[in-house]
Formats: sequence, C-alpha cells, structure tokens
Amino acid sequence: MTPDLFLLLAAALFAVGLYGALSQQSVVMIMMGLELMINGVIVAAASFWYFVAPAQPDGQVLVLVVISAMTVEMAMGFAVVTLLFRAKDADTTDMAAELRR
Amino acid sequence: MEALLFWSLAVVAVGAGIAVFRVDSMARATYALALSFVAVGLALLLLDLAYLGVVTVLMMVMEMAIMAVFMIMFMMNPAGLMPMSMVHNRRGALALSVGVFLSLAAVALLTPWPERRGTVPEDPTRAVGTGVMETKMLVMIGVGAVLFTTIVAALVLSASRSRYDVRGGRR
Repeated sequence: MTPDLFLLLAAALFAVGLYGALSQQSVVMIMMGLELMINGVIVAAASFWYFVAPAQPDGQVLVLVVISAMTVEMAMGFAVVTLLFRAKDADTTDMAAELRR
Repeated sequence: MEALLFWSLAVVAVGAGIAVFRVDSMARATYALALSFVAVGLALLLLDLAYLGVVTVLMMVMEMAIMAVFMIMFMMNPAGLMPMSMVHNRRGALALSVGVFLSLAAVALLTPWPERRGTVPEDPTRAVGTGVMETKMLVMIGVGAVLFTTIVAALVLSASRSRYDVRGGRR
C-alpha cells in the first residue's frame, strides 16, 4: 500500500461527491454529495498521517476535526431544510431562489 | 492480502458513492451512502486507525439512519416505484467532477511525497487521546464549543415559529 492509492481513493470520493453536490436539485441529495466529499478528505488526512508523519498525532486530530465538521454540516443542513420546508414548502434548491431577485 | 482488501474496499466505497446518485429510491440512496462510509471506515482500519475507523463507521451508520427518516419525510417517491431524476446541469457537473478527479489524481501521483518520519506508535488510539488532552487541547475546546453552538442553532432554525416570531404564528 502506498499513499498514492489512498489519495486516488480520496480523489474519487471527492469527485463523486462534487458531481452530486453540483447536479442534484434536492437539498437532501446535495448534502449527501457534501458528505461524500468530506469522506474523501477523511481518507486523505488519514493517509497523510500514516504515510508521512505517524509519530505525531496531528494527522489523527485533523481527521477528528473533519468528522466534527461533517456532523455540523449535517445538523445545520437539515435544520435549514426544515426551516425552508416549513416556510415555503420548498425541498429543492430551485424552489428557494428569492435572493436572486 | 492487504492490497486485495484495500482494492475491494475502495471499489465498494466509490461504487456505492456513485450508486447514491443513480438509484431511484431515496431509502436506497441513503443505504448506498452508508455502505460507502462503512467501506471508508474499514479502509481506515488498514491504516492502523482502529479508533477513528470504528468511530467513522458508528457515526455514519447512525447518521444515515437519521438521514433515511428525513429523506422519506421530504422527498417524493421514497419507495422508488418510479424512475426519479431531479438534476440540473448534469453535463456541466459531470465534466467538472471528472476534471477535478483527474487533476487531484495527477497531483497525487506526480507529487514526490516526503519520506516517512518516525514510525506508527504502539497504540495510535492512545496517541490521539493524549494529543487532544495535551498539545492539541485547543482543538478539543474549539470542537466542543462548535458542537454546542450547532445544537442551539439547529434547534432555533428548525423549531416551529415561536413567541419570538414577529409575524405571530405560521404564515
């Protein structure tokens, strides 16, 4: 196993997530895309820790921070979707475009 | 053996990730995402990250269980009995994400990564534990504050309009 392989996996996860985040209309599906992107970041950070500097805990702590960011993204995303849905019955991004006007 | 394990986990992780945006049912999409996350968590175990790998798996399984509920609440066609396609700008998104993958892959393969410094500690879990309790304490404090703020903010945003609502009641 080399860092290259793990970074390729991370890149693939990130790209799949990016496709989802850009192409989906449903807010929930966009969040799934974002989760996949963050997953790629987790893999990359973990592999850097293992293959570059395993003696220090920095890489592991970075993974912990990224996992926390993922939970925050999920909680806030669903809160905003719930708010939008309550206020306007909107569950897709195209239905919530007031700021364009 | 390890290489075989890595490749199979990688294929499952990416394949299930692609399936998330291909299946017709919301529930299936959620389970595909959960599968992808579990494969990533198991891949972390290959890097001697027992604690972080297991935490990833546990957290994601719970997260997807909650997500399935939201999915079925908010989406039409949760059962997947009819074809579902809710996309915009599919071509542009595809081109952009393939481009991003190719450039990231080029960076990963062409960069001369530094030599490994030091060795993996006896117990990586202990290393991260003492890390966040000693030298990286600030990270722990920051994450704690952020998570608490998230709890409050998420509740305030998603709660039904309350007595602080200027307009009074639901619109």
